[in-house]
Formats: sequence, C-alpha cells, structure tokens
Amino acid sequence: MNILNSFVLLFAAAGAYGTALMFGTMGEILTEKSGNLNLGVEGIMYMGGIFGLIAPNLYESAVGEGNANPFVAILLAIIAAFAVGALAGALFSFITVTLRANQNVTGLAMTTFGTGVAKFAGELRRLKVGGYVTLSNRLKFAFDKHIMPDFLKKIPVIGKILFDQSEFFYLAIIVAILLHLFLTKTKTGLYLRAVGESPVTADAAGIDITKYKYLATIVGGGISAIGGMVYTMTTAGCVWIEASLAGTGWLAVALVIFCTWRPLKSTWSSVLFGALMIMYLRIIIKGFPIELYKILPYVVTIIVLVITSMRNIRDKQPPASLGVNYFREDR
Amino acid sequence: MQTNCAIELRNIRKTFGSIVANDEINLQINRGEILCLLGENGSGKTTLMNMLSGIYQPDSGEIFKDGRQVAIRSPKDAYALGIGMIHQHYHLVDVFTAAQNIILGLENEKMDLGAVNGKVKEICDRYGFNVDPKKKIYDMSVSQKQTIEIVKVLYRGSEILILDEPTAVLTPQETEKLFAVLRNMKEDNKAIVLITHKLAEVLAVSDKVAILRKGKYIGTVETKDATAQSLTDMMVGRAVTLNIDRPIYNDVHDKLVIEGLTVVDNEGITKLDNVSFTARTGEILGVAGIAGSGQKELLESITGLYPIKGGSIKFIDGLTQIELVGKTPMQIRQVGVGMGFVPEDRLGMGLVGSMGMTGNMMLRSWRNGKSIFFNKKTPEGLANKVWQDLEVVTPSTDFPVRRMSGGNIQKVLVGREIASKPPVLLTAYAVRGLDINTSYAIYNLLTEQKMHGAAVLYVGEELDVLLQLCDRILVLCGGKVSGIVDARTTTKDQIGLLMTSVGGNEGGEE
Repeated sequence: MNILNSFVLLFAAAGAYGTALMFGTMGEILTEKSGNLNLGVEGIMYMGGIFGLIAPNLYESAVGEGNANPFVAILLAIIAAFAVGALAGALFSFITVTLRANQNVTGLAMTTFGTGVAKFAGELRRLKVGGYVTLSNRLKFAFDKHIMPDFLKKIPVIGKILFDQSEFFYLAIIVAILLHLFLTKTKTGLYLRAVGESPVTADAAGIDITKYKYLATIVGGGISAIGGMVYTMTTAGCVWIEASLAGTGWLAVALVIFCTWRPLKSTWSSVLFGALMIMYLRIIIKGFPIELYKILPYVVTIIVLVITSMRNIRDKQPPASLGVNYFREDR
Repeated sequence: MQTNCAIELRNIRKTFGSIVANDEINLQINRGEILCLLGENGSGKTTLMNMLSGIYQPDSGEIFKDGRQVAIRSPKDAYALGIGMIHQHYHLVDVFTAAQNIILGLENEKMDLGAVNGKVKEICDRYGFNVDPKKKIYDMSVSQKQTIEIVKVLYRGSEILILDEPTAVLTPQETEKLFAVLRNMKEDNKAIVLITHKLAEVLAVSDKVAILRKGKYIGTVETKDATAQSLTDMMVGRAVTLNIDRPIYNDVHDKLVIEGLTVVDNEGITKLDNVSFTARTGEILGVAGIAGSGQKELLESITGLYPIKGGSIKFIDGLTQIELVGKTPMQIRQVGVGMGFVPEDRLGMGLVGSMGMTGNMMLRSWRNGKSIFFNKKTPEGLANKVWQDLEVVTPSTDFPVRRMSGGNIQKVLVGREIASKPPVLLTAYAVRGLDINTSYAIYNLLTEQKMHGAAVLYVGEELDVLLQLCDRILVLCGGKVSGIVDARTTTKDQIGLLMTSVGGNEGGEE
C-alpha cells in the first residue's frame, strides 16, 4: 500500500511537469509531420517560459495588483507564449524552407538563440522590477488551479493522478485529441503528412509544400512554447529561474520519438517521462545515484527506438523526409 | 479531325547552369495516339516532359493546349490542364493507402474514402486493371504501384498522360498488361506520351516516334515506317550496329562453384533456396528473373555482404580452391578475388553523390599506398579515361555525380568497376536506364572482359539482350534456380516461363 501510495503521489506530481512536456512534444510532432526537424524546441520552450510570465506580469503591474483578472492573465500568458514560439517557427521555416539551410544546424542555433533571448529578457525584467519576476499570489493560484470537482479527485488511485491537475493539463489533452483528429481525419492533415513523408509526391499532386511546412512549423513552435509557459507558471510557481527549464525541450524531442509521432500517445507518455524525471525525489532507492535516475527518460527513449527499428513496422517510422529540405528542381 | 492536337510545344529551351538540356524543341502531341519520345540519356526527354507536368519551367518558348497558349507554373496547373505524368520514380506516399494517395492534392474532394473507392473501381473497370484502394503502398509490388500512379492520374480526369520509362521495372507479362491498358486509353481518345529506351516496345505500341538528340529535336516519324535500325540512327546521329558480338573464348574452366547456397533475410524469409551453379572463365553467365527473385541476395552473398545460412561458394584459382563463405568482403578481396559489383541502387550503394568522378574512382583504391596522404593522380587518370571512353556528359571530373543525369551516373559506376579488371565480374542491371548507344558500349566492355578470361555474371532485365549477350542463362524464380539454359539455343518464351514457375512446367501466375 505504501509503495502504491508513493507511485500515486509520483504520478500526480508528474502531471504538472508532464503537461509542459506534452505541449512541447505535440508542437514538435506537428512540426516534424511536415518534414521539418526543429531541434530548437529547447530554445522555443525557454522563450515561451519567460514571455508567458512577462505578459501577465506586465498586465498586473499596469492595472494594479488587485484589479488583474485571472482569466485575462492566463489568456495573455498563452497568447504571448504562442506568439513568441510561432515567431521562432517562422524564423526556422524562413531559414530552412526559403533559404534552404541545413535543418540540424538551424535547429541547434535556434536552441542557443532561444535560451539566450529568454535569459536576456528575464534578466532585463528582473532589473526593472527589482527582485524576482513573479506574480501576485492571487494570480499564482489561478495559474495552478485544480479545476476538477472534489468528488472526482477522491476516486482512489486515478482520482489523484487524473483529476487533481491544473487547467493546463486538460487543455493539453484537448489539444492532443484535436491534433490527432486533424492528422488522421482531415484532408489538410493527410496533405501535411504527405508533405512530411514524400514532398516530391505532394508537390507533384499540387500541394503547396512551402505553405504546409511554414504553417505546421509556426503553429508547432507556438504549441511547444506554451509548454515552456506552463512549466514556469505551474512547476516553477510563476517565478523565473533561469536554469530550471534546462533540458525540457530536449526531453520533448526524445518524447516525439517515444510517441512514434502520435499526439494521443504523447498524453500518457509525457506523464510517464515527467514521473521518470522526478522519481529521484519520490521513490528513493538507497545508494542509487540521482544522476542515474535523471538519465532514465533517455534510456527509455533509446530502448523504444531500438525496439521500433528492430520490429521495423512501417507505420511507426519517422516521416520519411524528416530533416531533408525540399527544392523542386534539385532531385 | 483538326482538333486532334492536344499539346503543341514551340521553341522550348531549358538550361541548367551551363548545360543546355532542351534547345529549341518543337513537338506535337495528338489525342487518340501513342507517341514515343526516344533519345539517349541526357538528351532531354524527361526534362521536356517535366516542363509539361509543371516541375520545371522553360527558359523560353511557348506551350499551346488546344491551340491556346498556356503557362504551366506548377504541377497543379498541369492537372488543371488535364496533363498527368507518371514519373520514373513513383510519386507515392509509402505509408498511405492507395485511396489516400489517389486523393492527394485534390481540391474539391471530401475525405470520403468510400466514394473514392467507388470511383477508383469505375476507372479500373473501364481500362482493365485492378487495384485494392485500401492496401498500403509499402505492401504493393512495383507493377501495382505503377497501376496506382496511372489510376491517380486518370482520377484527376487527365486527358494527356506522360509515362516516363514505365516498363523499366516490369516483367514481360506485366509490360504486356500495361500496353493493353494504354491501348484502351488510346481508344478512349486520350493522348499518351511514352518515354522509353526499349526499341522493341516503341515498335510494338506506339503510333508515332519523336526523337531527341543532345537536347535537340530531330524529328517525328510514323512508327509503321520505322525500324529499330532507322530509329537508332536518328537517335545516335550516325549508323550504329545493333548486333552484340558474341565471340567464344577457348580456355573455359570453372572459376566460381556455388553449391546449395541458402540465405534467409532478417524477417526469416528464405531469399535463396539451395542455389547451385558454376561460373566459368571466358563466359558471360546471365541471371534472369522477375525483380526480387533473389538476384540481389545472390550477388551480395558472393561478395560477402549478405549473411549465408548454408552452402558453399568456391573460388578456383588454378589448382587451389578458396572457400568464400565466412569471409568478410575485405578478406574476399585479400585472397586475390577481385570482384566488380554494380549495385542495383546506383547512388545509394555505389557512389557518393556530392563527390566528383575522381573522388568516386578513389573509393575503390583508397587502401592502396602507404602514405597518409591520398594519391590523386591515378584515380584522376582513371576518371578521365572513363569520361572519354564512355562519353560521360559532365563539365569536369570534379562535378558532383549527384547532379549528372541517371545514365551518366551509371556510366561512372560501370566504368569504375570494369576498370579494375577483376577475375570475376558481377554486374546487376548494368544498363538500367541507359540509352542504346551506351548500353552497347557496356555490352562490349563486358565481352572484352570475358575475352580476357574473366567470369562475368550479368543480372539483366531485357531478355532480348540476355539472349544475345550471354553464353548461358541462369533463371531464378522465388529464390530457386528455375533452370540454366544455353543462351544460343533458348527462346524468350522459354525463359519467360522459367521466370514465373520453377522448371517452367506449371502455369505462369504473377
């Protein structure tokens, strides 16, 4: 019972970090479905993390602490994070699709750029407000509100894991379902997958490759950035601490592989990865070093990668043209 | 019928950098007619047709559809004008079903796969082929994939169909089926353009032949007035002898003895089943079979690239016998067995696309010499020799091979392998995609090797060529040796039968 309890608490706590991962992963899934491998997720999530905080922070200081509407604050956070992520996605598309630069190099540069911009913006704001960039307690509470009714939270085991979560957790699940429906049931989704699988085919069929790549990468960047915002506003408690986001974006990239590019899978696997990440805090095995705990998510990804490539199931492979730029006259 | 003319091209010119791919080309494509576009590699056939399908745009010149000038800026424009192209490399998404592939890019189509399936069936019934719309592309054979491509184009209501070397990967039976479909479409008053190298097919199926040579339009002739010889002469620009010289080498003895060779792939499927044969010096042994009957595995096992489950491969050097099974590719070379190997996928396995000819020549010789710096002189000389002997079209020996035309890439590859003069020369599809002139140059090179006492293994597709070039022909069927026949006395039909059933006794079924 004690062990079960530890696990329930572990997964309940993992939900918060898992939500941030879920957004990061879903955004990257959408981007990669277009054949763009944006390794800049880390930078994008960083930027989402700071701008998602600065927006409500500015709003609150503009209208005064007591007058801030929590709903508006949350909306501003989402919009600001999405916008900065979308901008990064647009920049990535411009460099790789229009200028045809190498995607890996661009993505890595984007990570350096994004973390740099985020740290700079955070520091700038910190100097301005003097002290930590944060929100009033009232808004902090609004950002980490566990909205489900009490009777649901009281269901044994699953109540705590599934229903004792912040509003962003449920928003992420809704996005996952929408993304799944978009990719599998709509024509536009089908075309997008065609672009990522075989741009030559899609092009010959009259699909506008450039448009699809741009849009998927822009929206994908936006969704990923929301993940960064969710991290700052829930796990980090609405306080900007530079180093705490580090590695989340990379974990999201690993999760995309783990999910075999399926948004629905990203829901439970993000929580699982979130649990693996914080396991060292909750389930302590004597003599087992923390560093080994922390590599668990990556070990699991490698194992899954090995298994999927060994079984060689065609439907579970990455989009065939992932990371390859397309130029009509050069093939 | 004066409205017969569907498409007219006037003074089309297209250049890629300093290379002129199409130079002032005029061409007329008529409805209810099959037009063959004939030309050597790099003569600009595919480039020209790509301008009709919207992949490329002409630098200058005009395109008329039904007498009205049109601009085709993208594949979408081409579809809107009723022009559909079936490319040499299929444009299909592997992980999609046939139906999903067919509706790709259609504007006014709903995601109603049921309706799509119905319409696909209607098209199939009309022209006489069958496809399963729900099947995924990666589960399909090459010929099924091609059928999907054709259905895709017809589904869009195309009236002008362009097929780029459609028969390159088909068996004779499948080719016949395709031609039957094409004839049905012709009856239906569609305009059909066929790009092909195979003269026999040109003569069998087309109404008119248009000939390109080095980017220039030479002329159009009625097929009924043409012969293989007259077409070749127009294509090459000078008289060419179409007979393959088949001299007999006197000192024939066993060189490579293969017994009971069995290999299994990593999914547990037996790819070669108890294969036994002998390759002899001074002899070209042809290997025939439907694509995927074990040709690739056979060559790869001999070169040590494929894990062998059972059997033996003995290399005979005078009185000593060397067992090759169990040796690494490098050891196989070290015991003195040089093997030239032209892989099936020329850019994937044989060459480095971004390097020039010299760099690629070096890939064979990098182990020679003790210095830590590589020797560039020898490979450069070799590259120059191949460049001249095989008439490779390239601005320089340092020009990246990836940017050459398919046929020229092949020349570089074959030239390099033959130049190393191995005692056993293995070739797979050495002339795939090559024009007639180059093909014959390569046949001659192979024969030359044979007369130097090499044992040549020639995996080929065109039965006519196998029968003319080889001394004996080994026929594979589903990984088994279906028969070994004397090429001088066998007929094409006999081989076709052996290809479809072991021993050639049971009825042929695909």
